[in-house]
This record gives sequence, C-alpha cells and structure tokens, in this order.
Amino acid sequence: MRIDWKTYDPGAFYDELISSPGHARRSGRILARYLGSLKNEELQQRKTAAELAIKAMGISFTVYSEAGNIDREWPFDIIPRIITQTQWRSTSKGLEQRLRALNCFIHDVYNEQKILKDKVVPAELIAKSANFRKECVGMKPRFNVWAHICGTDLIRDTNGQFYVLEDNLRVPSGVSYMLENRKVTKRVFPELFENYNILPITEYTTQLFDMLAATSPRPLDYPEVVVLTPGIYNSAYFEHSFLAQRMGAELVEGGDLVVEDDCVYMRTINGLSRVDVIYRRIDDMFLDPQVFHPDSVLGVPGLMRAWLKGNVALANAPGAGVADDKVIYTYVPAMIKYYLGEEPLLENVPSYLCIDEKQCKYVLENLDKLVVKPANESGGYGMLMGPQASRKEREEFARRIKANPRNYMAQPLISLSTAPVLGERGAEPRHIDLRPFILQGSDTYVTPGGLTRVAMVKGSYVVNSSQGGGSKDTWIVTEEER
Amino acid sequence: MLSRVAERIYWLGRYLERAENTARLLNVYSTLLLDLPRGAKIGWHTLVDITGSHAEFADKYQATDERSVIRFLLSDTSNFSSIFSSLSMARENARTTREIIPSEAWEQINNLYLFARENASKGVARGPRHHLLNQIIAHCQQIAGLFAGTMSHNSGYNFIRIARSLERADMTTRIVDVGSVTLLPGLTEGVKSEQIEPFENMIWMAVLNSLSAYQMYRQHVLDRVNGEDVVTFLLQDRQFPRSVVHSLAKLETGLQALPNNDAALVEVTRVQNMANHADIPLLLQQGLLEYIDLLQIRIAEVHARITQTWFLPVVSGQHQTP
Repeated sequence: MRIDWKTYDPGAFYDELISSPGHARRSGRILARYLGSLKNEELQQRKTAAELAIKAMGISFTVYSEAGNIDREWPFDIIPRIITQTQWRSTSKGLEQRLRALNCFIHDVYNEQKILKDKVVPAELIAKSANFRKECVGMKPRFNVWAHICGTDLIRDTNGQFYVLEDNLRVPSGVSYMLENRKVTKRVFPELFENYNILPITEYTTQLFDMLAATSPRPLDYPEVVVLTPGIYNSAYFEHSFLAQRMGAELVEGGDLVVEDDCVYMRTINGLSRVDVIYRRIDDMFLDPQVFHPDSVLGVPGLMRAWLKGNVALANAPGAGVADDKVIYTYVPAMIKYYLGEEPLLENVPSYLCIDEKQCKYVLENLDKLVVKPANESGGYGMLMGPQASRKEREEFARRIKANPRNYMAQPLISLSTAPVLGERGAEPRHIDLRPFILQGSDTYVTPGGLTRVAMVKGSYVVNSSQGGGSKDTWIVTEEER
Repeated sequence: MLSRVAERIYWLGRYLERAENTARLLNVYSTLLLDLPRGAKIGWHTLVDITGSHAEFADKYQATDERSVIRFLLSDTSNFSSIFSSLSMARENARTTREIIPSEAWEQINNLYLFARENASKGVARGPRHHLLNQIIAHCQQIAGLFAGTMSHNSGYNFIRIARSLERADMTTRIVDVGSVTLLPGLTEGVKSEQIEPFENMIWMAVLNSLSAYQMYRQHVLDRVNGEDVVTFLLQDRQFPRSVVHSLAKLETGLQALPNNDAALVEVTRVQNMANHADIPLLLQQGLLEYIDLLQIRIAEVHARITQTWFLPVVSGQHQTP
C-alpha cells in the first residue's frame, strides 16, 4: 500500500502540501511524489528510525503528573512542512517589525508612558496588568530592548494567510526542538535534501550568543554569558541544557549564583567568577526572593538589585511580560503605527475585548462560537473552546468573564491549516501552527521557519506538547528546484 | 567550571566505573563458583559483602542464593549499588551535565542505560548472564574511550578521571579483601587440606581475572600464581592500571591540574604512603583485614576532601552513594 494523494482529504481547510485531491502545491511536488513512491512499510520503517534517533539523542521533555514527573521522548512527525521563501520573506519582516514595536512599548510603559498619555492604549490595562512590575519603572536596559527573545505563534486561515495568534515574550521555549527536528529529518530522509534548497537553521545558537553578548554591561571581548534554569525537573530542561551546550555557556541554577557588592558571581571550582549576561529561563516571580516570591529557592537573592544597577544583563528583562498579555496583544497593530509610523505587515486574529462593554456583550452572547482566553496563561491552559465546550463550561466561563472582564479576550475559531501526518495507514491531515523565534539586541534576527506544532488527534486544535501535541520539521525552500 | 557541574560530572565518573567493576566482579564470581569443590564454605553472599551492602540486602531478601544475590547486584532498583542503579545515576548525572560532556558520550551513556533497563533482569539466569555483563563492560569501556578521545582534557575531564581512579582504587582494595580474607579462609575451613592447593591457585586466578589482571600479572611475575605475589601486584604494581598504587598516582595527577588542591593532595599522599610501604608477607599472616579497612577509610577521606574543596555545600535533589 502506498499513499494515494487523491484520497487525502483536508476538507475545507488550507492544506500546506495538497491543494486539491491528488495535486500537491508547486513547492511540495517533489515531496508528495517521493512519499507516494514509498510503500507504507518503508514509511513506517522511517518513522521507527526517527523514534529511535529521538530516543538515542535523548530529545525529551518533562510532563508533570501526580505520579511524578516523566521524561518523555519528543513527539515528531517525519513529513516535513514546506513554506516558500517568497511567502516567508514578508512574514519574517512582519515579525521583526512586531518585536521592534513591542520593545518600544515595554520601554515606554516603564519610562515615559507616552502611549498611555496619548490614550492609544488605555492606562487602566497597565494598572491592572498582572505582568507589570513596578520594580522595573525607570530602568533603561541596553538598546532599550526588554524582550530579547520572542516566540510568536502564527496560524494560517483557509486562504493560507498568516495571522499572529500570540507573542510569547516571557520565556518562550521550543527552539531546541526546531533545531533537533531538522537533525532527525536529515537522518530519516537524507535523499530529500538533494532535491530541495532548504534554508539552514543551525545559525540560531550563534545568533543568540552574539545577541546576548552584545547586551553585556562590561565592554569585554568575551563576556560571561550563562543560562539560568529552574533545574532538571523543569519541562524545558532539555532545551536549557541544549542551548547552553551549543553556546558554550555555563548552565546555572539559582544556587550557583551569588550577588556581592551588587554584582553577580557564580561559584566555580576556582572560587567566585563574575557573570555579565544571564539568559534566564525562570519566571519573573522566582528571580529574586528579596523582591518577588520570598520563598523561591530557584532564584538569586539580590539579582534584581544587580540588574537595576546595570551590573548584569537579564534576557528577557524582568517585566517584559507586560506585553505578553492577550489583551495588550490586540493593541500591537496600533503600537506599530504609533512607534514606528508603519503599517503592520502581519495581521492579528480578529479579537473582542471583554473590557469593552459592547464587545463583552457580543462575547457573552456568542460563547458557543468563540475561543475565550485569559490574559496571562500560556501552554493552552485556562481557555474555553466555545464550539466544543459543554453548556455548563460556557456558563462557568460567562461568570468568570463578568467577574473580571479585564482578564479575558475572545477570538472567532480560526480554521488552522492542515498538513499530512504519517499515521499507521498512511497520510492524514492534522492541524498545525508555527512558532518562529525572533531575536532583538543591537539588531534583529528571525529564524528561517520555526517550530511547527501539530495537533496529533484528528480534528483537534490543541498543539501544545504539554497536552499531547507533536511537531514537524519546517522547511523554507527557495523556488528554483534543482 | 561550576562547582555543581564538577560534582555531577565527578559522580558520573564514579558510577560508570562502579557499574563496570561490579559487572566484572559478577562475571568472574559466577565462573569461579562453578569450579569450587563441594563443601567449600564460599557462597554468593560474599558478593554482597564486597559491595558493602549487607544491611540493604538483609532487609529485602531471605535467602542468600544465587538468584537473590545476582538480582540484588544486577537489576534491583532499590539497591543503590546495583549495576542498574549505578547506570541510572550515571545517566542522571550525564543528563544534567549535557552542556559540557560530548554529545556522543551522552548518547552512549543514554543507550547503555536503555540497554540495561531492557535487559538487566535477564542476567539473573545463568545462560545469558556472561554475555550481558560483557556487553555492559564493553559499553563502559567505550564511553571511557569517548571521553578520553573527544573531550578536551580540561577540568571536567579531570573530574571524571579523578572519580574513576578513586572508585577503582577502592574497588581493588575490596577485591583483595575478598580474595585473602573471605575466600581463602572459606576454602580452608570446608575442604580437606590436600585438596586446597589447586583451588587456592584458582581463587587467586579468579581475583586477578576480575580485574582483567591475569595476563599482565603473568608477564610481570614469573613465579606461579600465589597469594603474596597477587596481593603485592594488585596493591603495589606501578604499571598495572587497576592496581591501587597506579590508580592513586592517576588520582594525584588529576588533582594536580586543579586549583586549590593542597588539602586533597595531602590526603592522597597519606594513602599513597600507606599503600607503598605495606609489608605484604607480614600482613598476609596477620592484620590484612584491618589494613584494608584503614586503606578504604583513607580513600574515603580523599573523597571528603574533594567534596569540601570543589563542590557546593548542598546539591539539591542529588542523593549520591559514596
């Protein structure tokens, strides 16, 4: 048995590989033909080979459960997703533009607050924001950049147009899986790389290191850059370790660091050694027990003091999460116009704000058609999927919205695009999204492609790995096929 | 290098060496017991004694038969010194130092762990045991080779080397202990004296074999295999890589490359003096047991000094077993 693309049916959705029954999009023709030439047995063998490679390379993530934490192998689908370079070029520009505007916004919020005074963004939103850190007011980080690393989630609607679903500005994760996915694909389908011009992605860790080094407060040729992890039990520990390894940076835990004379040092076998830049993968509230959660053992007492004095750089800066808020998100197009004087190159998903009375009324009346999101959750938690929810769940959500309208926004259920996933009997369409990673220091950088996340369950829109999602290698290909 | 990382990589080195040594021991012992005369009062329990885990064993097992002892030392997850536990801990320490050890080494350690998880319990049966243990030994050797050949010989590598030498010196003292203090008396008590000699010879050969030392011993010692020469060889030979003196010399070289090494070096010199100046013929007549106990305590002192000098006071979430 072989894959027959004529029977592959994505329904009304935009499929990334197959445009109509039996016909692949131009960029995907070689891939579709190649997949169709293999027997199902051979495909399954490749799939097993990928699983073995992932196991052997130890690519894992941790799932928290009541029975304890389980280290799971990373779920991966072997059929790559293809995006043409032409499509990608404009998307990539839009992502850069977005992050530049977001950084202007964060800096403004903690300094002059012009955008609030000009009433482009309601001041009330900031006053009630759970992610606004008053301790950061007046701070001016290097290059005025607060969010150095951003993971923006993109989806494509039925026309194939990209929309921004959200910007992750706190501690976005997934980039290591993007890099490892490519490595696995190279092991599994080496022959495909001969027929495609695929933009390489390995440059990321070099870009990341250079960006981090550039933020060093001391003008050194080789500033000490470290990655701060909550430890081995964190779900993204694999990634922390991976990035530290690729950058040749030390991977530190809170207990390894100490603040003396408002400078940060790490405890080494040679004694204390000065640290210049910390790529922290710990949430704000755990960074410094003297300022935030007093019982946090993950952080470093005095760290905030050292940062505010400008003796150490933190990426992302504390407080950057103020713009990582699903309500603030709706104002990003306005920010782009306000700060950059440009038209947004990437569109937001249409959104309704519950803080606005009229829009809130619409949301409450149409809960069965909308997706409702709390302002400050990540990982797909605390959401209401209106069309699939029970009446009881909708009523419960209506209560929550009325109690705290600032905390909620709603969006129509956007039809996520699909891509073929290899099941036991061949290819089947599954919904996907895309998380590219954007860096900003003295300059900006966007990964070619990003991490494609897949909802492995038929019909499902939930792509989060914490909730059973999978992933795919993502190829940005140049049009001239060899 | 971070103190915490130094500590974890040190334990990685110790656990890998421990797994390998325990596998060697089980292998040789399993073969040896097949050859001993009936009546010899040598049992499987000796193995539990060597690893110093008598209490843990007694808690869980009633009988000291082959199955129980092998299971306890090979695959029992509740025994922290079992081969499988050592490999899990080695893997955990490697997983948490992945940013500094070569990825190939991590992949091999991970593979070895997965292999042991899948197969360790099969070794309880005699048939597949030999092959299984040899695979574990070969795998450990491969990993040691990867470290030597692909990791910069920096502080991290030094800690692995130090850990390995220390663990090895300790294990060799234990094996000498077993040969001279447990096996021989056990043999002489239960067997008619005219039968003893060939078996005595065999026991010493087994002791040598457990450290892959037989061949090197024969090249070095021209006389036939005998207790005095074997103990001298294993304790004091400068060239054989698993002898106590040689391991201590390697330990010393490793320590010399580290900063603030004074206290640890003093401690190593004390053990070295003790090993170098031992009067083996005299000790074999009397006092070997006490001597070896003291030697092990001194080695533990070196470990304590290393911990004090270079590691963090408390490493969270780590329960390592010295």
